[in-house]
Amino acid sequence: MRRPLFLARAPYRRRRLRDAARLLPVLGMLLLLLPLLWTPGSEVRLGAGDVAYFFLVWFGLIALAAAIAPGLSPGEGDEEED
Amino acid sequence: MQFNLLVAACLAYVIILFVVAFMVERRAQHGRLGWLRSPLVYTLSLSIYCTAWTFYGAVGYAARSGLEYLTIYFGPTLVFIGWWWILRKLVRIGRQYRVTSIADLISSRYGKSNTLGVIVTLIAVIATTPYIALQLQSVVLAFGVFATGTPDGVTPPDAASTAIWVAAGLAVFTVLFGTRNLDAREQHHGIVTAIAVEAVVKLVALVAVGAFVVWGIAGGVGQVLARIDAAQLSAWQVQPGRWAGLIALSAMAVITLPRMFQVMVVENDDEGHLARASWAFPAYLMLMSLFIVPIAVIGLERLPPGSNPDMFVLTLPLAEGQGGLAMLAFLGGFSSATSMVIVESIALATMISNHIVIPLWLRLRPAAAGQGEDLRGVVLMARRLAIGGVLALGYGYYQVSGGSAALASIGLIAFLGVAQVLPAMIGGLFWRGATRLGAILGLGTGFAIWAFTSFLPSFGPGAVLSRAVFAEGLFGLHWLRPYGLFGTQAMDPMMHALFWSLVLNALAFCLGSLLSFPGPVERLQGAAFVKVFDGAVGPQRWARGQAEPEALLTMAQRILGEEVALALFQSAAREQGKEGYLPDPTPAFLDALEARLSGSVGAATAHAMISQLVGRATVTVEELMAVASESAHIMEHSAQLEAREAELTRTAGALREANEKLTQLSVQKDAFLSQISHELRTPMTSIRAFSEILTEGDLPPDQVAKYGRIIHDEAKRLTRLLDDLLDLSVLETGTVQLNLGLASLQQMLDTALTAAQQTRPERTFIVQRDLPSEAIYLRTDADRLTQVFINLVSNARKYCDAARPELRIGVRQRAGRVMVDVVDNGTGIPKGSQALIFEKFARLTDANRAGGAGLGLAICREIMANLGGSIVYLPGQGGAAFRVTLPLRLEKAAA
Repeated sequence: MRRPLFLARAPYRRRRLRDAARLLPVLGMLLLLLPLLWTPGSEVRLGAGDVAYFFLVWFGLIALAAAIAPGLSPGEGDEEED
Repeated sequence: MQFNLLVAACLAYVIILFVVAFMVERRAQHGRLGWLRSPLVYTLSLSIYCTAWTFYGAVGYAARSGLEYLTIYFGPTLVFIGWWWILRKLVRIGRQYRVTSIADLISSRYGKSNTLGVIVTLIAVIATTPYIALQLQSVVLAFGVFATGTPDGVTPPDAASTAIWVAAGLAVFTVLFGTRNLDAREQHHGIVTAIAVEAVVKLVALVAVGAFVVWGIAGGVGQVLARIDAAQLSAWQVQPGRWAGLIALSAMAVITLPRMFQVMVVENDDEGHLARASWAFPAYLMLMSLFIVPIAVIGLERLPPGSNPDMFVLTLPLAEGQGGLAMLAFLGGFSSATSMVIVESIALATMISNHIVIPLWLRLRPAAAGQGEDLRGVVLMARRLAIGGVLALGYGYYQVSGGSAALASIGLIAFLGVAQVLPAMIGGLFWRGATRLGAILGLGTGFAIWAFTSFLPSFGPGAVLSRAVFAEGLFGLHWLRPYGLFGTQAMDPMMHALFWSLVLNALAFCLGSLLSFPGPVERLQGAAFVKVFDGAVGPQRWARGQAEPEALLTMAQRILGEEVALALFQSAAREQGKEGYLPDPTPAFLDALEARLSGSVGAATAHAMISQLVGRATVTVEELMAVASESAHIMEHSAQLEAREAELTRTAGALREANEKLTQLSVQKDAFLSQISHELRTPMTSIRAFSEILTEGDLPPDQVAKYGRIIHDEAKRLTRLLDDLLDLSVLETGTVQLNLGLASLQQMLDTALTAAQQTRPERTFIVQRDLPSEAIYLRTDADRLTQVFINLVSNARKYCDAARPELRIGVRQRAGRVMVDVVDNGTGIPKGSQALIFEKFARLTDANRAGGAGLGLAICREIMANLGGSIVYLPGQGGAAFRVTLPLRLEKAAA
């Protein structure tokens, strides 16, 4: 019943991976809300650079999510919520 | 482009879908789904998030509002890459408790309340009706584009009849595949696969148009970027409120939209698929929106001013003479619209039949509840009618709204409508304190505000809400204007509705939950949902009921069908060790039956039907506590076992130690016996030998005297040995007479040191004493205590092996007790033997055996026990060290 206080290397890594999975949307939110700071005046114009920024961020988030997802193994996630 | 060809292509496309769905259903029936249950199909089916609104509307959105269209995809992206937070739990709960729809989820969570099911169903139907209308409108518009393009003799039908044809066609398709059977787990593999195919078609179509625009028209990526910089939509700038608000709104909607819930949770076959979809679905969204801006920019540039930007995806290839590409684009848009409508209407129909029609049916015909009438027919018919009804509603809305409003705003209104379910849903998943009343209040408040500030005004001033209400507010109250609630008219209308509806919704939900007390079923369900990963709490359970198994079987047959029900009952009976088809109505069986039924008709209805037969609608609080304490008992029991085990281990350890000691003692005893016989024998032998010599006579007198002395000495040794043994036994039995009196400690030590000098008198000891501290008068038996000191000092003289032997005597007084330490500077006593030295007959080494039979320390220990004190070995003093502790004043009683 009681959970161990310290973990072996593999479960430890798995938990940190879960932390990463939890943090990822927060990071995404920050990056996607960043443009709110871009509009100090009314003369700011939308450029191709902005389009590129959004798609790069988007791609980065997807790539990170793809890197994290396989290691999460939802089958073993039952000993939540740590 | 011939209109006939277009219709033929549409029909061919639908027939292909039909065949796909049919084949998959066939395979599913034989249980050979194989790769059709792969993460790929799951991800593709999720793409019904991208409706015609995305396919056509996004370009229009980009043309009107720049990059704002991206917010609609950023929200779902954040939710999916953050699947570990919410989606994982949602899918787990959906699978574990056989949730059939979002209304079922909410109703189940809040104590299987059908009221909530009805509310959520109504919200879903009302909110998504405009959305369905939107799909019809897009198909009609698309047809219109082709029709106006080439008048080729065939008169195309007008918009209204196109809409009717499309709606009817979709209804037929959906009814055919959505209500073929009543599955235990409300899954439709055929439809899901057809939707996956459609997902591929729309992605390919949009990417193809985009690629044509970028490389065919603009001439490369660099050119496109340059034109984006130069285009009109660069006048757009980020509106912070709308930007953040729309991201949040789309994030909420992707969880709460009935069709998303259907494919994401209900149709989910494997939780592992979600992990894959967590990045694959955002990737799909990104691909879908990649070419939106180029299409919008080039469209604005190339097409005549005034053309509808919502249709650029079609009109741009047409204008460039790319008929085939336009056809592909049309099929893509058609796919987007049809897949959305199909899944949405299935999801809504499930809700309507499970939460409205069946409960009503059971209410209106209670007599029929136990009869053999097959309820499956009713359920299926209800669903078919509901699908038809939903599409009819959509068509009606399309007719009423005139089909002119921009696509995007209708979509957002629908998003906001279903998002009202979010507080109750998230609260239900993560907060055990969320209650039914809170959920009802929150949903009601949110729904009312959404309707007043967003839905009703969308019909335009004067349509549903009068102009007076827009200008003056409801009932003439100025602070109740649809676009200026509480005087906030400066806000963007969409953000205004978003803010007020969700804030007040959440507020009502929280307040209602905080102030109300949940019923027992509700509390159990709450715990089961929130703690779904712990697995500690099961859902609500049945106590052993008085239900007749036959009545249960009859009821189950009505819902599951005869064969399935009989098989279910038979296997349950076999599990209970019974023959035949009628298991006992044990709690476990009732739970299993309810879970099975709720897969078909929803948790609330299944619960109500079983409780009708079991004869008790709810469990009592006591039963609830009993269920909860059941697991607590088990935990307690295991904790007790653990404690007992630890105790046993301790006892075993103690026993082992004791055993070791006994074994050692036994060895010691054997050694002593042989020794004592030796000790007794040696003097006896010499006495006998010398006395024999003496009896022979003829000896010089000095010899006689010498032999006589030897005999005498040996006899003395014998006597001393026997005295010691006697002394010890007297001390041990506690029958010793103590001679209590005041005596000086210093004097006793002096006596002891003097007396002990007889032992190995050849050695000189340096004795360290602290005379002032010894000036204590004790009330004790001075003779006995002196005997102990003599023993200790002579032991030190005997055994201390230092070259310059020293003896330190320290005296301390503490709390009415006196401690006397006798320490020498030899090697001391090895650790292993320290426990043994006070035992009788113990003697460590034979090296310095200077007489005595190993009784000295044993006697000391007994004396000290009789004097109310103790003697212990002090380890770590740099030599053999003994501490004698005794009371300052020994009372008679203690003796």
